[in-house]
Amino acid sequence: MPPIVSVRNLTKTYASGFQALKGVSLDIAQGEIIALLGPNGAGKTTLISTICGIVQPTSGTVTVGGHDVVRDYRAARALVGLVPQEISLESFERVINTVRFSRGLFGKPRDDAYLEKILSDLSLLDKKDSKIMTLSGGMKRRVLIAKALSHQPRVLFLDEPTAGVDVELRKDMWAVVASLKAAGVTIILTTHYIEEAEAIADRVGVINKGEILLVQDKAELMAQMGRKELHIQLGAPVAAIPAVLAPYALALGKGGESLIYTYDTKAERTGITALLSDLREAGLTMTDLATRQSSLEDIFVGLVKERA
Amino acid sequence: MNTQGVIAIYRQEMARFFRTIMESLISPVISTSLYFVVFGAAIGNRIDTVEGVSYGAFIVPGLIMLTVMTQSVSNASFGIYFPKFVGAIYEILSAPVSYFEIVLGYVGAAATKSFIIALVILATAYAFVDLPIAHPLAMVLFLVLTCVSFSLMGFIIGIWAGDFQQLQLIPLLILTPLIFLGGSFYSISMLPDIWQTIALFNPVVYLISGFRWAFFGAADVPVGVSLLAIAGFTALCMGVVWWIFRTGWRIRQ
Repeated sequence: MPPIVSVRNLTKTYASGFQALKGVSLDIAQGEIIALLGPNGAGKTTLISTICGIVQPTSGTVTVGGHDVVRDYRAARALVGLVPQEISLESFERVINTVRFSRGLFGKPRDDAYLEKILSDLSLLDKKDSKIMTLSGGMKRRVLIAKALSHQPRVLFLDEPTAGVDVELRKDMWAVVASLKAAGVTIILTTHYIEEAEAIADRVGVINKGEILLVQDKAELMAQMGRKELHIQLGAPVAAIPAVLAPYALALGKGGESLIYTYDTKAERTGITALLSDLREAGLTMTDLATRQSSLEDIFVGLVKERA
Repeated sequence: MNTQGVIAIYRQEMARFFRTIMESLISPVISTSLYFVVFGAAIGNRIDTVEGVSYGAFIVPGLIMLTVMTQSVSNASFGIYFPKFVGAIYEILSAPVSYFEIVLGYVGAAATKSFIIALVILATAYAFVDLPIAHPLAMVLFLVLTCVSFSLMGFIIGIWAGDFQQLQLIPLLILTPLIFLGGSFYSISMLPDIWQTIALFNPVVYLISGFRWAFFGAADVPVGVSLLAIAGFTALCMGVVWWIFRTGWRIRQ
């Protein structure tokens, strides 16, 4: 199946001379959830704004559903829904009217039954006649989602959907995203919360300084980099690692009070049992053991630092 | 053509108009009535007639033009500036609507509002004076062209404006003087010779003169010239709007 979104050698230089994108290429498969991870100012918003038609590309091409976003913008944009990062709503408008407006803007005939279903899924139905200014911040964010879904898009962009959102609403949003995925909608979200990518994405792309550093299946990424560390707290500090323990490639902790063993959880033998018995052999006593798994965050920080 | 999209923009803008019906309709009616009282009754008693028309009736076309021009500019500029200001413009830019459709929605709504206001003022005027309309079709044509061209101008100002102050700047510094000096309340033939010549450089003179001709059959400048002037102004505004969208100036980075 051809990718639903295809980005080729995309660059964007703003009038100020700032180069926000430096040759980004990315294919997004139909029905997947991809999280674009990166620090502030990495180019995440510029990338999705360009795909959605808000920013004009400097060079390169973007297609959505096979339609070029510049030449064939009507067909391309009709497939796309965008939830922006900032709450950008007209305060005096009523919820149902603003959602109706969005649907009409995308060329769809009025369908209040469908819109009410969306509002109901987002727990907004009882607010449908309320003015937007009377809603809480979390509810306004839901209104933005309702607007983006009003025209039944096949691709949904969520730009930092849970920035500044409380835990409960974040969980609700993840549930909405999961149900959209089940309905076959492709979802691209940007975030700088690693947990968010870890929790809901199928694939993770890491973007920094206008470049995509890596795009990989989340599980693969986690497995590949999913190494664990065993921290062994010693009864008495040691000056150096005993020769007998050399094969384990241990690292000496601060002040020689602990030893750190790195192992692969997926390996056939982790070597932990042998290490522990060799420790006794070497005459070392242990007071505590702890294991630590590298998270997406470690991977992310490592990648960003490496290229900096 | 995304007809639904145009209707959606038009409806939203008209809803804003009806939501603020007090400001939208009542205030122009009140200010027009005040002009009648001040200029028509108080001053008009001493002026008698201008070109054979009672002064009270004479100022009606100018008053309507004054209100239509300022209202068109303020409605259209606010209509496009506000979504820019709150950020809601993202939706218009990411929607499958062409530039032409965006302009049709916003400018169409702003021009409709001004047209409604003009009719309301005209009706108000009948409460004060007897008013003949010599050329009703020409009157409607001038009115529609003025509503459309000044709404286009407002649209341009709304896109250009970077803050609320700039939004007020052009109407206040350029438009209001041009309108007041454009013969809203007098015939330019009442001016000294030198000022008559200067007045001919004011485009608003041609619009008001043409509109007044539609009522009384008499004008400061030939009606053909007036028509040419308003058509030229409309074309100029359309050209600027076309350029704005082609380059993405101030809207699409």
